Amino acid sequence: MANKPIQGEKRMFMTGNEVCAYAALAAGADIMYGYPITPQNEIMHYWTRLAPKYNRSFLQTEDEISAGFTTCGGVLSGKRAFTATAGPGNTLMQEPMSMAEMMRIPAVFIIQQRGGPSTATVIYSQQEVTMTCYGANGEGLRIVYSTANHQELYDYTIKAFNTAWKYRFPTFVLGDGYQAKMRESLTIYDPELQGIQMVDTYPLVGLPGKAGADRDPAHLRNTYNTEEELYEVVKDLVTTYEKFAPEIVEHTTKECDDAEVVILCHGIVSRAAVEAIGELRAAGIKAGMFRPITLRPFPTAPLRNVVQKAKKLLIVESAEGQFARLALPSLYGLTTPMETIFKPGQGITSDEIVKKIKDMA
Amino acid sequence: MTTATVLEPKMPKSWRQETKPHKFCPGCGHGDILKALGTAIDELGIQDRVVFGCDIGCSLLSWDFFNCDAIQTHHGRTTPVMTGIKRARPELICIAYMGDGGGYAIGAQHLVNAASRNEKLTVILANNAQYGMTGGQMAPTSLPGMKTETSPYGRDVDATGNPTLGPEMVAAITPASAYVARGTMANIPQLTRMMKKALQNQIDGNGFSFVEALSACPTNWRMNAAKTWEFVEKEMTKYFKVGELKVPAAKQEG
Ligand SMILES: Cc1ncc(C[n+]2csc(CCOP(=O)(O)OP(=O)(O)O)c2C)c(N)n1
Ligand code: SF4
Repeated sequence: MANKPIQGEKRMFMTGNEVCAYAALAAGADIMYGYPITPQNEIMHYWTRLAPKYNRSFLQTEDEISAGFTTCGGVLSGKRAFTATAGPGNTLMQEPMSMAEMMRIPAVFIIQQRGGPSTATVIYSQQEVTMTCYGANGEGLRIVYSTANHQELYDYTIKAFNTAWKYRFPTFVLGDGYQAKMRESLTIYDPELQGIQMVDTYPLVGLPGKAGADRDPAHLRNTYNTEEELYEVVKDLVTTYEKFAPEIVEHTTKECDDAEVVILCHGIVSRAAVEAIGELRAAGIKAGMFRPITLRPFPTAPLRNVVQKAKKLLIVESAEGQFARLALPSLYGLTTPMETIFKPGQGITSDEIVKKIKDMA
Repeated sequence: MTTATVLEPKMPKSWRQETKPHKFCPGCGHGDILKALGTAIDELGIQDRVVFGCDIGCSLLSWDFFNCDAIQTHHGRTTPVMTGIKRARPELICIAYMGDGGGYAIGAQHLVNAASRNEKLTVILANNAQYGMTGGQMAPTSLPGMKTETSPYGRDVDATGNPTLGPEMVAAITPASAYVARGTMANIPQLTRMMKKALQNQIDGNGFSFVEALSACPTNWRMNAAKTWEFVEKEMTKYFKVGELKVPAAKQEG
């Protein structure tokens, strides 16, 4: 069965990058365009090994600017196209991302964050949050899923293709170097068996029929002559984005109902938070966790609800406040005291969170 | 009594009448080059398979020029956008249209790499020896001594290098199946034949095809019609030799 690479359900033990490649296959991705950069390389490695067996394609481009633009081209021609990058590659890819944002090109980008700024480390960080959510010249009209484990990498990579094609905004799976490289177990599955219907793709150029005779040509423009014209276009994009946002936004909580201290975090850091909550609860401290799964759009109302009821808020991230800056507008006007653990480029352990919260008491 | 005969301007069929007259300045080479392209598309009968991509620069004014699907993208990035389309849908005829700034400066790495990979694309580049849209700055193709907004005393080749020889470079790095030529707006029948061969090479699935067309920018050159033509025909051709540089198994155009 050439086009059903993943049949039924299978328990697997593999790296996050391998998970992404399998998920893209399972989602029916047609083509990947990519340029090597650590720590996402193995997405391309696995894809190039698996893709030809299932009639899928790959192009290694000359750089990430090209990888992003070829991906836009693939999507414009009606294919489920994606790319993956990290760090400096993410920086270069902001240009095509801004085109995808402006032209509502449903491209899927997998980002495995590494340490910045500049070349920095190839290992891990949560320092690509601002860039992934709000990079480039635009208003950040993107959908960004921040994953915490391999199961989510699989689930949300599949979902990203559907979100992108359903809402037609560029969609990001934001992982990190730890998730990319470590091995853990997960269940991979054929999305159809889980009742997940892959949203049909369709071409925006290269349409059937003779342009000018049977139909109007698709004349897709991305440059505007006047400020008023641009204003109209962007306002329309913003309105559309905001209309869809409530359907797209996702978050998860842990023991928030009676929480006096709320840990606010995202991605893999939430795993340390969950562990910490266990220890803190055993010690009689009512701790809970709020984790946005979509960083864009941001789950403002539910976060506000939880923080409003709490006595204290602790924001934890492997960056110097990038996630905090994203979250704080949602908390405007609340007076809940806040503390932070900011560790740019470093992982965070449950012990650190436990200690901090005990100190806060 | 004499009857006046009104001559309708002859437009290629693949042009979109509703968007004419076009938006280029009077006397601009872009219109002529796109006429040659339109004629080539007509003669090959490929209008329903063409996806036309244009760059930023004055070429962007052609985003609704043809009765073909078209995508206007970023400065220098038309080649990868069209590569992306071609790789995903090989049955489409993908044409990337750009200026010398888009092809030889900001987008040079894409041109070089698309050529090296022998992408089955057709790239058409209008060489007007400067940056038109941004108001006449020096381009990689500005001639030695040429005055532009950013070389007000004339291009100093010691400081800024020699004009880029695009087709020569592309010919050097492509395999034998590529088609490479330099035409000129001063010889539209020849330019049309070159475009046809370039497109045919893509249709045949042979390889990369590249046509540079010498073009005029009377606005930024600040020249009258007669001088503009003289500049294209006499000055530009001193550096940019018109002719075919690489023809896979076909008769060479002089
Ligand atoms: C990244 C980026 N840098 C700069 C520009 C500004 N820009 C617009 S058009 C142009 C030059 C175009 O010149 P050329 O490619 O020679 O085409 P022409 O206008 O002469 O036809 C520049 C530099 C841009 N749009 N994007
Ligand atoms: S500025 Fe020059 S290149 Fe641009 S449309 Fe006018 S004449 Fe043509």
